[in-house]
Amino acid sequence: MHGAALPSWVALAYLIAGVCFILALRGLSSPVSSQRGNRFGIAGMAIALVTTLVHYAPRLAIDDDFLGSEARDVGSTFDWLTLGEIAAAIAIGAVIGLVTARRIAMTAMPQLVAAFHSLVGLAAVLVAAAAYLNPEAFGIAAGGVINPVSRVEMGLGAAIGAITFSGSVIAFLKLNGNMSGKPILLPGRHVINLGVLALIVGLVAYFTQDQSPWVFWSAVALSFAIGFLLIVPIGGADMPVVVSMLNSYSGWAAAAMGFTLQNSAMIITGALVGSSGAILSYIMCRAMNRSFISVIAGGFGGDAAAAGGAGGAIDRPYKRGSAEDAAFLMKQAEQVIIVPGYGMAVAQAQHALREMGDLLKKEGVSVKYAIHPVAGRMPGHMNVLLAEANVPYDEVFELEDINSEFARTDVAFVIGANDVTNPAAKTDRSSPIYGMPVLDVEKAKTVLFIKRSMGGVGYAGVDNELFYRDNTMMLLADAKKMVEDIVKSLG
Amino acid sequence: MDFITILSIFVLACFVGYYVVWSVTPALHTPLMAVTNAISSVIIVGALIAAAAAGVPGAKWLGLTGVVLASINIFGGFAVTARMLAMYKKKPSSAQREHR
Repeated sequence: MHGAALPSWVALAYLIAGVCFILALRGLSSPVSSQRGNRFGIAGMAIALVTTLVHYAPRLAIDDDFLGSEARDVGSTFDWLTLGEIAAAIAIGAVIGLVTARRIAMTAMPQLVAAFHSLVGLAAVLVAAAAYLNPEAFGIAAGGVINPVSRVEMGLGAAIGAITFSGSVIAFLKLNGNMSGKPILLPGRHVINLGVLALIVGLVAYFTQDQSPWVFWSAVALSFAIGFLLIVPIGGADMPVVVSMLNSYSGWAAAAMGFTLQNSAMIITGALVGSSGAILSYIMCRAMNRSFISVIAGGFGGDAAAAGGAGGAIDRPYKRGSAEDAAFLMKQAEQVIIVPGYGMAVAQAQHALREMGDLLKKEGVSVKYAIHPVAGRMPGHMNVLLAEANVPYDEVFELEDINSEFARTDVAFVIGANDVTNPAAKTDRSSPIYGMPVLDVEKAKTVLFIKRSMGGVGYAGVDNELFYRDNTMMLLADAKKMVEDIVKSLG
Repeated sequence: MDFITILSIFVLACFVGYYVVWSVTPALHTPLMAVTNAISSVIIVGALIAAAAAGVPGAKWLGLTGVVLASINIFGGFAVTARMLAMYKKKPSSAQREHR
């Protein structure tokens, strides 16, 4: 039935690999232990790879006609050709992976992660398909009849993998700017999506009764389609949730295949990755005060933008300042809190920003950074960019740790963030972002707000009343250029 | 292993994952995604089995392709995580800063 049991040493090795993966995530609880954690992850993967290669080493059948009689000793039962092909496949992947990892710009990290998710998803589909075509090799079939439980597992693995793949491809295209970040709304999409999902579940259920190819392949094809349909209507700034969600799916796909292979390393990993992605999605949704369902339903930032633009608030008076004004104000300050957002990533302003921080510190000003959980396009995006620019991580604070400090701060310096600083989220019940936790920048003595022009609105499509407050000075320019000008004035 | 044993491992691992991930500092959420990505490529185990098995050429080629894709992820994922983690530095002491 369920194949021959694995030898104890193999099962034990997979278990150790699984434990290494747990320790890898555990290491991320602090930057100090994080690099050791990563090495645990690498060790776990090496153990899993070597164990698999040794235990499942390709062997030729003894009576194979290819072999001359003189080659028929013990060593020759190894299929060196296949082993070579496998080694070549790993080498190709290693070169592509290492080169990409080395070259990628830190600002492009969200795209890269989305691309990597798509690969895991596709790999899961391929493994499930291979298991379907050659079930004997996976020990899940007897006489060509696949064990019904394994059918459900491989069906789910293939379906989740396919959704992960096509969803991640769309997320990649949106994050990479190949596709508009605006939500694309099909009429009746909820009905279509629910229908397709129901159909997939139905097909997987029917697969237990009938293992014909059409059942398996239709489920896979529909899953590719639903991944596409689900992500297309979701707007660019909701991508932190989407990327986390796809992260979670790639884990569940691995777990489903782990069930098929009865492999504890895969099951443990799948569960870890699945929960990790789910928790990150939850954190992101909470930081936007939106339900997971409403994010997944999509469409946010489309209709609202039109309504906000028609509000006619653009003509309200505001104060405009220059780089020199900003430099003067910050030099006099005791404490400056910098609030970065996606705009900083787009403008690549993090290095100039760190230079500005260094100059201010030389003047005796205390400089801190405040990060909103959904600043940027993926969880922790801003932290990585600041780390890249050599900002020490102990100067960087999360929303709840620093929010009370704005009232005691002379200057709040907002660069590339918008909605996450909007006081309307606290006061205006009619605002689409009402209830979202925001940074209390308006409580600082002076707010310096870098923005390209007064015309545009934030992602949520709402005007930010912060712009028109008495203590706000607007710095209208490209973020990087403005910071560089401030650095010049400070120097 | 019977199904219930596997299911037990899975359910317990979900709980372990839940608590371990909540203890991850938010500053490291991007490396967390990169490293979970790398470890979820443990699916390469399945691809290797398919690639090594004789008999069905179609399955073998699917397996080999899977090995390539998963390897990209494994090597790329761990390398990019290491690169990111190496950037996280503590505030240098004031004496060190003078030398820069």
